Amino acid sequence: MPEPTPLLEMRDIVKEFPGVRALDGVDLTVRAGEVHCLLGQNGAGKSTLIKVLSGAHGVDGGTISWRGEQVAFANPQAALDTGIATIYQELDLVDGLSVADNIFLGHEKARGGITRDADMNRAARELLARLGHSEIRPTREVGSLSAAGKQIVSMARALSRDAQVIVMDEPSAVLDSDEVDGLFRVVDDLRTAGTAIIYISHRLEEIRRIGDRLTVLKDGRTVAGDLSATDTPTSELITLMTGREVSSVYPERPGVPDAAPLLVVDGLARTGEFSDVSFAVRPGEIVGLAGLVGAGRSEIVETVYGARKAHAGTVTVDGERLRPGAVASAVKAGIGLCPEERKSQGLVLDDAVYRNVSLASLPRFSRRGVTDESAERAAAQEVTRSVGVRPDDPDRIIRTLSGGNQQKVVLARWLLRDCRVLLLDEPTRGVDVGARAEIYTLIRSLADRGVAIVVVSSDIEEVLGLSDRVLVIADGSVVHDGASSAIDASGILDRIIAQHDRTHPSPDQEGDVA
Amino acid sequence: MSASTSGPLPTDPSLQTPATSSSAGFGGSGLRRNLGLVVALVVLCVAGAITAGDRFASVDNVVTILRLASGIGVVAIGMTFVITGGGIDLSVGAIVALASIWATTTGTQAMADNIGWIAMVFAALVVGAICGAINGLLIAYGKVVPFIATLAMLAGARGLAEIVSDRKTQIIRHQGFADFFGAEPLGIPVIVLIFVAVAAAGWFLLNRTTFGRRTFAVGGNPEAARLAGIKVQRHTVYLYALLGVCCGIGAVILMSRTTTGTSTHGMLWELDAIAAVVIGGTLLSGGRGTVTGTLFGVLIFTTLTNVFTLNNLSISAQAVAKGVIIVIAVLLQQRIANRTTS
Repeated sequence: MPEPTPLLEMRDIVKEFPGVRALDGVDLTVRAGEVHCLLGQNGAGKSTLIKVLSGAHGVDGGTISWRGEQVAFANPQAALDTGIATIYQELDLVDGLSVADNIFLGHEKARGGITRDADMNRAARELLARLGHSEIRPTREVGSLSAAGKQIVSMARALSRDAQVIVMDEPSAVLDSDEVDGLFRVVDDLRTAGTAIIYISHRLEEIRRIGDRLTVLKDGRTVAGDLSATDTPTSELITLMTGREVSSVYPERPGVPDAAPLLVVDGLARTGEFSDVSFAVRPGEIVGLAGLVGAGRSEIVETVYGARKAHAGTVTVDGERLRPGAVASAVKAGIGLCPEERKSQGLVLDDAVYRNVSLASLPRFSRRGVTDESAERAAAQEVTRSVGVRPDDPDRIIRTLSGGNQQKVVLARWLLRDCRVLLLDEPTRGVDVGARAEIYTLIRSLADRGVAIVVVSSDIEEVLGLSDRVLVIADGSVVHDGASSAIDASGILDRIIAQHDRTHPSPDQEGDVA
Repeated sequence: MSASTSGPLPTDPSLQTPATSSSAGFGGSGLRRNLGLVVALVVLCVAGAITAGDRFASVDNVVTILRLASGIGVVAIGMTFVITGGGIDLSVGAIVALASIWATTTGTQAMADNIGWIAMVFAALVVGAICGAINGLLIAYGKVVPFIATLAMLAGARGLAEIVSDRKTQIIRHQGFADFFGAEPLGIPVIVLIFVAVAAAGWFLLNRTTFGRRTFAVGGNPEAARLAGIKVQRHTVYLYALLGVCCGIGAVILMSRTTTGTSTHGMLWELDAIAAVVIGGTLLSGGRGTVTGTLFGVLIFTTLTNVFTLNNLSISAQAVAKGVIIVIAVLLQQRIANRTTS
């Protein structure tokens, strides 16, 4: 049987941002009626590729063909007109508008500019019913929906476009298992109807369940295309994605010196977020918090830091008890936090590197409120050099650095402050694979200097590889605490699932949980 | 609720409660949202009736209040669109002044003698639209921050109005203009009817058209709007141009009330308009807006002025009272908003 012309063909796509080459030769071929999975680690370029495909980003090189003809997507409208709809991970909805308004945004049902709300509500209801969510009323304001609800609305929106290609960027990330089943039914229906799906997920078991073929991205390049989604061995996929032996990425664990704990958290709790969290970290020890997104890990480290006020429990640093809800008290005791949202919470993006580094240590360079610029710059440059920020230019604007280098700047800030305890929330998010190993080495070298470190990560392999001890967090509780060497990824998952089953006993009773 | 692991959708308690508001809410939910404003207006009216008696509580005085409200009201309705769309316009008062000057030059009035008063109205609207479009183009395509772009227009337009008029007050001699806009069919002044018509059209445009829907989107989440295929930049230009046209209408109303065009018309209207919009419940950050609320805001301020004037209180005392009302109204709105969302 001759191969039909592919619906969509991308060849040698290049996309550059200041400081990073996000895509560096990506090939992707998608045929009608297939579920094509896109695989790759964080920072491999999946999200950038999607934005190119949806017209949100222009390309700096390469060609896109649609049914054999070369096309260019100048803007999102062009991609939508061609027949490509995208469900974004970051939920691109307008909170102040109703569900139906969001679904039909940009292609409202209207006559002469006057909206036909009844028509839109009816159509929205049908789309939501098709997704198995007829309980979401079309007139409801999107801002009042849960993350899962918003995801459903995003999907309904993509369906409403009657697209020939639907791109789904980790659609299952915020869904529970029943909802994922519903999603897969819809994907199956679409495939049968001849629609092509580009499906992005970190979860291999999902790809095995619904994928037809897959493409693997690594460091902005296609390293394998046209593989079978069902038959390719998992070990081969992991090798393709990481490009090296998994274990060699992480620095060696020298063994923690037997000292008294520096950070002691005892019975910490916040109503509705987490309860009875206790752990201790010794100088030179790295403790990892593993768990799913939404399990309460970020909330825990932010409470330790005092950015959220604890409802119960205590935080002690070197025997000194911190005032709950007081960041100043935590900073004075020598705690530093690298927040999850590096760009919005951690960095002044349009300011110079050295000023970002010195931000937490300004009093040291000031006399009566007047800063000594040259001392500030010299000290900042010394730490940025020691952590290897590239390029080595203290006046460089943060925004133009790559994600890995931005993360190094955040670490440099706390280094300059001589922190004794460091809380790192998702330290490698948005950092490409090469720079990741550097960040790991840097974190380990901080520990070797006697800093007590807490690392939060959604990447279970990362937690296991980096930390000396692992705490597994599920539904706001610590469900496991032990040495990293004594547990593996599936062990961690088992404990998370067990906890989930305890708090959500059976599907029949779920209506009573909230 | 935010956590992904918090169970399936049916457990979301807010699903069982009726919707707090849709963006198009006008009926019962709209009334509840505007409850604080209604209370404020009622309190003001009671205060007026007690302190000024029949001089306040009369049909004539109500007409006076509405007449006073009509000019700033039209501008505030335009401002509702710009703020809902995520912008701000400081230049409205200056645009009103420039439009009133351009519509009353000897040249324009001579043209009006030939083809009728419509020439003066046309001049005011065109000047308003052009100034608004310039604001919009600078903001959408020039990437100038709205605050700065319209601050420049504020200075420039009023300066130009002074140059064109040579700082002289221009008297309207065209009788047809005065007759038409000064008329009071069934006891209701034409300028009040214009205000009502603009308010109704504004409400319809914001809540019942694709233009309105896209205004909420552009203000609430511009990136989402762009990804949905909306031409965000062009829409922004339309919003400012629309407000410019409203300034033109406001100028016509002011010209009719004062029978003059001067470069001091519309002084500080930008503050009054923004205050009315914000106490009406439109979010200064964009994405949420209500024409009904803006109307209440305008009526509260004009009623306040009226009550103070009837009691012979100074303009300075009015200003203080206005400031207090803005703070109380916004605090109240936040309380209500928090209660309905939690």
